[in-house]
Amino acid sequence: MEKWILKYFTLIRVMIALIIGVIVTILMIYLISEYPGESLKYFFTGPLASKGRLFNILEMAAPMIFCGVAIAISFQADQFNLGAEGSFIIAAAVGTAFAVSTNMPALLHIPLVLIVAGVTGAVWSLIPGILKAKWNASELVSSLMMNYVAFYFSLYLINSHFRDLDAGFLVSLRLPETAVFGQFITGTRMHFGIILAVVAALWAYYFLYHTTSGYEFRQTGYNKSFARFGGINIIKVIILSQVLLGFIAGVGGMSEVMGIHGRFLWQGQPGYGWDGIIVAIIGRSHPILIIFSSLLLAYLRVGGQVLNLMGDVPAELVNVIQSLIILLITAEAFLGQWKYRITRRQAEREEAAK
Amino acid sequence: MSNNILDIKEIFKVYPDGVIANRNVSMDVQENSIHALVGENGAGKSTLMKVLFGITPYQGGSIEYKGSEVKFSNPREAIAAGIGMVHQHLMLAPDLTVAENLILGMEPLRGKLFLDADEAVRICREASEKYGLAVPAEKKIRDLPIGVRQRVEILKALARNAEVLILDEPTAVLTPQETDVLFKTLDGLKAAGKTIIFITHKLSEVTRVADRITVMRDAQAIITRDMDDLDEVKIASLMVGRKINTERIPAPVKIGSVKLSVRDLKYTNSDGVEALKGIDLDVRSGEILGLAGVEGNGQTELVEIIAGLMAPDSGSVTIDGTSVLSLTPRQIREAGLAHIPEDRMENGVAEVASVEENLIVDRYYKPEYNTRGRLYWKLITEKSKELIKKFNILTKSSKTNVGSLSGGNIQKVVVARELTSNPGVIIAAQPTRGVDIGSEELIHNLLKQARDEGKAVFLISADLDEVLKLSNRVVVFYDGEITAHFKDASKVEDVDLGPYMLGIKKEDAASGKMDS
Repeated sequence: MEKWILKYFTLIRVMIALIIGVIVTILMIYLISEYPGESLKYFFTGPLASKGRLFNILEMAAPMIFCGVAIAISFQADQFNLGAEGSFIIAAAVGTAFAVSTNMPALLHIPLVLIVAGVTGAVWSLIPGILKAKWNASELVSSLMMNYVAFYFSLYLINSHFRDLDAGFLVSLRLPETAVFGQFITGTRMHFGIILAVVAALWAYYFLYHTTSGYEFRQTGYNKSFARFGGINIIKVIILSQVLLGFIAGVGGMSEVMGIHGRFLWQGQPGYGWDGIIVAIIGRSHPILIIFSSLLLAYLRVGGQVLNLMGDVPAELVNVIQSLIILLITAEAFLGQWKYRITRRQAEREEAAK
Repeated sequence: MSNNILDIKEIFKVYPDGVIANRNVSMDVQENSIHALVGENGAGKSTLMKVLFGITPYQGGSIEYKGSEVKFSNPREAIAAGIGMVHQHLMLAPDLTVAENLILGMEPLRGKLFLDADEAVRICREASEKYGLAVPAEKKIRDLPIGVRQRVEILKALARNAEVLILDEPTAVLTPQETDVLFKTLDGLKAAGKTIIFITHKLSEVTRVADRITVMRDAQAIITRDMDDLDEVKIASLMVGRKINTERIPAPVKIGSVKLSVRDLKYTNSDGVEALKGIDLDVRSGEILGLAGVEGNGQTELVEIIAGLMAPDSGSVTIDGTSVLSLTPRQIREAGLAHIPEDRMENGVAEVASVEENLIVDRYYKPEYNTRGRLYWKLITEKSKELIKKFNILTKSSKTNVGSLSGGNIQKVVVARELTSNPGVIIAAQPTRGVDIGSEELIHNLLKQARDEGKAVFLISADLDEVLKLSNRVVVFYDGEITAHFKDASKVEDVDLGPYMLGIKKEDAASGKMDS
């Protein structure tokens, strides 16, 4: 049993953090709500109550998976790039512009638009990469700053050049039929982008754990000096990791436009880049686990919405829970004493067995 | 028993990673004696002293000091009680003067606010006189040789009224001559009524100065007794449970052409210090060239430049006749270099990666291990298992994290990788530092074997026994220069190297070139 605990310690720690998060949620709902029993039901079972809400979770998870996977790749190479948000939105804007200005059959249009968006995101993300590789400028700072540039440039592009004047509010022109994903389950907004997100996660897993480049990424992340000593080209790793981050986040941004909205309609920062960081941290930067952490976060969000709609507790409750969970997961010392005690007992037992 | 100043009983200590460092260790120290604590690296000596000094918590046992039980929760309490410790890595502020370092934490003040510099110097001089430890009170630490710095540390402890002085491997960084001075100091302190505990794994030192001895092996105290008739051989067998081999290996039979050649290599570091002042040396196929010297005299820079990890100001490095200075680390490895790095945790391994991931870092990209970027993990695991077996690496599996292995086994992972890349030139920097005797012998044998296979081996070590045991030629490094070149190491003793290591003596135009 104790051996088992040690082996899966990080996973158990995440689980316990989640359980504590849930307990605190229950307590808070009891404190805030006039009729806590009902509210709890809305929050926890609400998201699962109808087909529509169930698929709401899936469609909400898709951009989180894209951004989470993108960020996980750079985390694994020890790059703390916050630029997923910027790549996400600028790729969506440029991709939208490209989609509405071109005309071709869907079979060609869809992949081409996605590629244009991905490349835009990649090029955008390349800038902090080069600054880091050449002048050792912190990618954290430069990518963060560039998020604002990306956001306002996107607004300029859409609002000044591709605005739908007939729409009555600030949105882009509608994407041509040949450049939108079909929604394949009626009554939901389930679209091809969700499958694409899962594919991206599976690909990232394969890339990180089964290819030479992925090996280079991980060794650089584990110990940069060791990687360099062994002959790995660290500059290449730094730059390539940011390019991949930008590409995947960019495809994620475009896939939102193509799957859900049919046009670019953000006038504020959508925040998926930040959600990506959250799910990447909860999923310990493992692409497969990120699928699940994204579903979990989406479930909490939908729960918050239902609660907001039907009950008397504001949706911001979810933010409190998610911060608490992240705090517990990232605090290395959390349950550290417990682990220490088990390790010690194990060591003593092995000792006695000798 | 009445004259025991310290009674350590049944100390049990486990580190958070599950390593048991002290397994019910007991040891008593008599007042006014020199007590040697000996054992191999990793036997738990330093841990025991850290427990005593309040640096690290422990899980079982008790400590009696001057007849009453104590439990120090931090070094300050230990110091207040009269215990002082001089660490292996000296803890002095290099930019402050000797006097300023000495009074750190107990500064004499002028007007309750300003440091009284004159008073500081006076305190320093007084302490220096009282204990007969000559130190230059007004000189900065960074300008002093290591032996003097150590003396400052000792004086610092004494100025805080230490009655028991713990020295953690005090001679590891000293030349034989400096060691002599230290031992005279220790004798003087004993005469002044102090108690000294010193940790070492060098047995000749124990027989020279110690009154009593505690031998540790495998986290346990094997014995505590008076020195009496104990000699080095007996202590050694207690330490390792068998005899260790310091016999020199036979000279090489067949020495070939020059494989590694360094010419007029110069390097100035970012502090403006000339770390390398024009180094010339050659290493030939089939020989081991030993580089002796106190650490920090330019060895690290020399090795890192050869391996392509940093660039020199001028000079040349060739491997098999090809210049490697403008090449990347990978290209240099492909030109035939293998490198056992000095700092294995920094450069040698990635702790959180598995054994097999660590074993392939220099070869994963070769066609043997992948097709168009797809790694053959099955093959990698198989090959890793072979290496684990061949190099006797003790690990649960090839997928175990390297960080959970012992120091000796981590080093074997590094050696297994570096010696199997079919190199022409092997740089071995401190190859057996901090490893157990068994691993040390294995590594020595492997280096000899590599030499006999015609590889050029360049051994850099602070351990003179190791240099003399393995090398057939020896160069001595001091302050970025080669100060001596012994073409026949079999005729050299460690005391011959001392003056050159200290820079007291220097051969004219000394270099490690073969044509000179």
